[in-house]
Amino acid sequence: MKNLIERLHIKYSLTDIVNQRDNFVYLTIRKENAIDLVTYLKDYEGFSHFVLLSCVDWIEEGKFQLSYFLNQPNKKFDITIRTMIDRENAEMQSAHHLWKHIETYQRELREMYGINFPGSPRIEENFILEGWDEIPPMRREFDTKKYSEKTFFPREGRITYDPATYMKDKLYPNAPITAKVNKKDE
Amino acid sequence: MSNLFNWNPDRSKYPSMKEDGTLDVDLSSQKFTKLWVGPNHPGVTGNMAVEITVSGDEIVHAKTHVGYLHRGFEKLIERRLFIQGFPTCIRMCVAEPDFNEYLLSKSIEDLSGIEIPEMAEWLRTLVLEMARLQSLLRTVPGQGGTFSLGLGVQWGMYLRDLILDRFEELTGGRIYHMYILPGGVRGLLPDGFKERLEENLQLIDEFIIKIKKLMFDNAVFKKRAIGVGVIKKEWVDQFGIVGPNARSVGISRDIRKDYPYLKYQELDFEPPTAKDGDIFARSTVRYRELIQTVDLIRQIMAKMPEKGDIKSPTPNVLHWKIPKGETYIRSESSRGEYGMYYVTDGSDKPRRINLRGPSYNHAMTLLEHMLVNANISDVHAIMVSLQTCPPEIER
Repeated sequence: MKNLIERLHIKYSLTDIVNQRDNFVYLTIRKENAIDLVTYLKDYEGFSHFVLLSCVDWIEEGKFQLSYFLNQPNKKFDITIRTMIDRENAEMQSAHHLWKHIETYQRELREMYGINFPGSPRIEENFILEGWDEIPPMRREFDTKKYSEKTFFPREGRITYDPATYMKDKLYPNAPITAKVNKKDE
Repeated sequence: MSNLFNWNPDRSKYPSMKEDGTLDVDLSSQKFTKLWVGPNHPGVTGNMAVEITVSGDEIVHAKTHVGYLHRGFEKLIERRLFIQGFPTCIRMCVAEPDFNEYLLSKSIEDLSGIEIPEMAEWLRTLVLEMARLQSLLRTVPGQGGTFSLGLGVQWGMYLRDLILDRFEELTGGRIYHMYILPGGVRGLLPDGFKERLEENLQLIDEFIIKIKKLMFDNAVFKKRAIGVGVIKKEWVDQFGIVGPNARSVGISRDIRKDYPYLKYQELDFEPPTAKDGDIFARSTVRYRELIQTVDLIRQIMAKMPEKGDIKSPTPNVLHWKIPKGETYIRSESSRGEYGMYYVTDGSDKPRRINLRGPSYNHAMTLLEHMLVNANISDVHAIMVSLQTCPPEIER
């Protein structure tokens, strides 16, 4: 597999190569070449199983990191292709034509991070959230606490009673406040 | 009468297609009806719904709806310390919470370079196999349940409860255990645990034979399951099908064999496969897996040492910072490849956590595709045969 990585490095001018494990490599590539590389690995190198499409929000750098996880079932080898895209007007080339389930991942990323994948089928459909008009909720700047306080206004607490007093009032409503002391006992 | 069961109508022309490739379904023509299967329906697996358009009793279009359970697990974990992720993480799958614990622990260990003791590895393997057993005890007879064989479901739930008793004894919890933690596990086996588990396994052995007679020798089950909900071999890569659903078409993929983790290398097993890819094939694969899991638990109990270290030292969990990095850990749950993508940024909280559940592809893309041309009465059977678990979709 070292050969393959070297070939890919020459062909696609990878910006970073990280060996996570013996059979697991991270490749970082520029946005424009990412889908080309995914297509090449699928068509010519037998990476037929698409595992996961995920996004990481690096808000400090103003970037989203997209990670495409590909698996070679016969050689038991994994390659993860990482690419950085701008957070502002985030847009990425769609890969729905390669595997059927990518369109679901893209629909999710569209809803949760606001990344657009032009041409991806049903991209505008709701995935989980219905009638959502806030910023996409998985972005780092989305404050869950603030949102829940705004949406689900603070409820008044329940009235609590001291159990002893409550039961006494319930069972002996006419009982005098202080117990009478029998004269004989004195 | 024979035509009814070998019903394969030609739908290439009806309903017709529009120019943009979508179906021309006009509800006002009264030829089509929209139906919701779920979210409140005993046959639906968990909190999801399928919106189907039917013509007669044949489905022409299906759409999966999720979101009834969304609690933003991944977002919650991003805002908490590493150790605080556990109570949230396990709730991502009720059927097998232990795999979530394992993946989260292993990710943290992988990124901070912690090795766990051998005894802890054996105990983790045992707990994961017990989790698989209790999940399969629910699913295998559950498939019969979709064809009104309710007795098997009751047997399965009873047997599953016995395994939950053992979990309670070992971990203190029945459904959610939090037994596997970074660095190892929480405790050794209690005295007499192995004997009591063996007793349960013997009872399960007896019932496994009964389940076979009830389901696989049953004419109704065969009639309803054979040839229905067929997965084609070429779909496996196209739709990202994994686990028993992939093995039912003869593609032997099992993370325990392909990418051995924990102590699976020392265990003797071969993942069962089938050829046909229909509901019957998937049920058979799961049934044989059930038998195999019982055997694996026996192997683990025979091979594991009696005593040993169960936890490696870890930093103070309240001030634990993990250097920047990312990892992907995978394991084989009873539904297939179950993975976790874990990204850290050098702070005391994870930057991103993404769970890759097998149901994501099975329930969304594959189910929508498989339901077209199926009969209304087979919707639940197909759904259960894919063993979908909605919390994996809406993490």
